[in-house]
Amino acid sequence: MSQEVRESRGPAVEEGAGVQTTSPKSSLVREREGGVDQKKVVFARPRGLTEAHTIYCPGCTHGIIHRLVAEVLEELDLLERTVGVGSIGCSVLIYDYLNVDMISAAHGRALAVATGVKRVLPDRFVFTYQGDGDLASIGTAETVHAAARGERVTAILVNNGVYGMTGGQMAPTTLPGMRTTTSPAGRDPALTGFPIRMPEMLASLEGAVYLARVTVTSPKEVLRAKRVLKRAFEVQLQGLGFSLVEFLSSCPINWKMDPVDALRYIETEVVKYYPLGEIKVPEGWKPLA
Amino acid sequence: MPKRKILMKGNEAYGEAAVRAGCRFYFGYPITPQTEVAEYLSRRLPEVGGVFLQAESETASVNMLYGAAAAGARVMTSTSGLGLALMQEGISYLAGAELPAVIVNTMRGGPGIGNIAPAQADYRQAVKGGGNGDYRTIVLAPTSVPEIFPVMELAFDLADRYRNPVIVLSDGMIGQMMEPVEIEEELPPLDLPEKPWATTGTMGRRPKNVIKTDYLEPEELERHNLRLAEKYAQIEAEEQRWKEFALEDAELVLVAFGTMARLAQAAAEVLRSRGIAAGVLAPITLYPFPTRRIRELADSPGVRSFLTVEMSLGQLVEDVRLAVEGRKPVSFFGRTGGIVPTLDEIVTAAEDVAAERGVRSR
Ligand code: SF4
Repeated sequence: MSQEVRESRGPAVEEGAGVQTTSPKSSLVREREGGVDQKKVVFARPRGLTEAHTIYCPGCTHGIIHRLVAEVLEELDLLERTVGVGSIGCSVLIYDYLNVDMISAAHGRALAVATGVKRVLPDRFVFTYQGDGDLASIGTAETVHAAARGERVTAILVNNGVYGMTGGQMAPTTLPGMRTTTSPAGRDPALTGFPIRMPEMLASLEGAVYLARVTVTSPKEVLRAKRVLKRAFEVQLQGLGFSLVEFLSSCPINWKMDPVDALRYIETEVVKYYPLGEIKVPEGWKPLA
Repeated sequence: MPKRKILMKGNEAYGEAAVRAGCRFYFGYPITPQTEVAEYLSRRLPEVGGVFLQAESETASVNMLYGAAAAGARVMTSTSGLGLALMQEGISYLAGAELPAVIVNTMRGGPGIGNIAPAQADYRQAVKGGGNGDYRTIVLAPTSVPEIFPVMELAFDLADRYRNPVIVLSDGMIGQMMEPVEIEEELPPLDLPEKPWATTGTMGRRPKNVIKTDYLEPEELERHNLRLAEKYAQIEAEEQRWKEFALEDAELVLVAFGTMARLAQAAAEVLRSRGIAAGVLAPITLYPFPTRRIRELADSPGVRSFLTVEMSLGQLVEDVRLAVEGRKPVSFFGRTGGIVPTLDEIVTAAEDVAAERGVRSR
């Protein structure tokens, strides 16, 4: 894995991408000086991303979510004072991809680790990046209590309904009926219960002040997700409490779908169980339209 | 600096000693018989601008420690054996990521929930480690309440110097006992080492810092583990510490740590009054184990036998045997279940060993 961190000023080639048909009219448009030939750059690698190649499967939406995190960190001018906490799962190497100080936490423990960082360095920006197995299964206690304490940190939950890294086992978030390697006949709620909706579950806690669910299945959803992520980060910057954004993400390999079908599956099926939108906003904040 | 003498409970001494060693962050979960450490620090840390945070579990506290240590602070937690068991995952991560942190473990009876009476049966758990992988934890053991102060200072210094977790192995007896201690009126100035590796936000520093334990390529992980092993070898070469009593002419060497070291010393005095040349070796560092001194004793023609005295069914004795390497017989005496052996019991056990091993009566 390349540990090199370089500042890219040239036009970027995005890797690990599912949706790269971004309109140049969006806020991603950027003008930058530089480059040998002084070209006007309209779409560049955010400064928050390194040039390391991701190990994600084709069509996996982790890459887009990484990019959104990097863009928002840059736009809020947080790159120099951010400590990110990665987790165990497909995104374990995120410390190679994001161009900020990073800690790699034990499985499920990212929010306890983030708590330790934030208590020592309260003026730094601290976020975690966790999969659903990490945040909603083995790390449920750490998640609930970080939220209950109102830790001034932001959790990014990437929910693809399976354990991706270990080859597609059932997760606490797997939809009823969904086939996985450990629910070969489809998840049976009578046997394994129902999927957990983390933001809804956390909503009763006073300390959890911003909870939202987004997806990145189309340019429109990507832009909406970015606005939501920015609001979650603002909540921390204003010291209001705990914030969490759940991304409905794809895992085409383990879902045994092609990348486009996987995105359509999120839009048509997954959102039925996991409704998109802001589940909780701080008092006095207007919900996003 | 002017000093004052006060009466202090062992558990409170751990808290105050940590503050004096520059620790400003504590994360922990209540468990008997160490809860006074947490209670003391919940009052004390805010006074000195620090943070006391009660975690939802020992699993969480050790991971809060991991984050706080990564952020560059001197950090500690305290627990008892069952809690230490839950922390083993985090301790393996601390060791793998080379993060300095101090964990005070006040031992009670086990296995399982056992009871809350004093014990020393977490020796293996602390010294050999219960986490996964090739790693070592530095383990220290004070033998009295006043000794807690230098031992805690040493714990934080070694943790920072070697970037390694340090366990301070206490027991319910030392934790609950009150003894006079002499401490300086004022807190010493904070003079902590720089930690350029800490993840503090780059703040203009580049490249970024990364704290991690994963090395996906076997060759890479082997390199990392070999580097850790070199560090452990250096620790073993440079940091062995122990206290000794009347070993110069000893024929019977009692080996004991913590509370039992003091009882062993009292026993040695009684034995000497009865004509048996007994002495005591009390490891202050359980890892690195004071192998050098024990081997010296094992090689000395005057020494006839070793006897460990423990509040367990024989854990320390394994390391003494490893150090002695069969040169001399090594026996064990201990009580378990939270029972502290009496002086009489220890003396009798020692006399039996002395008779059996041909230790002369003078
Ligand atoms: S297994 Fe799934 S989540 Fe993991 S990288 Fe591949 S597509 Fe992405």
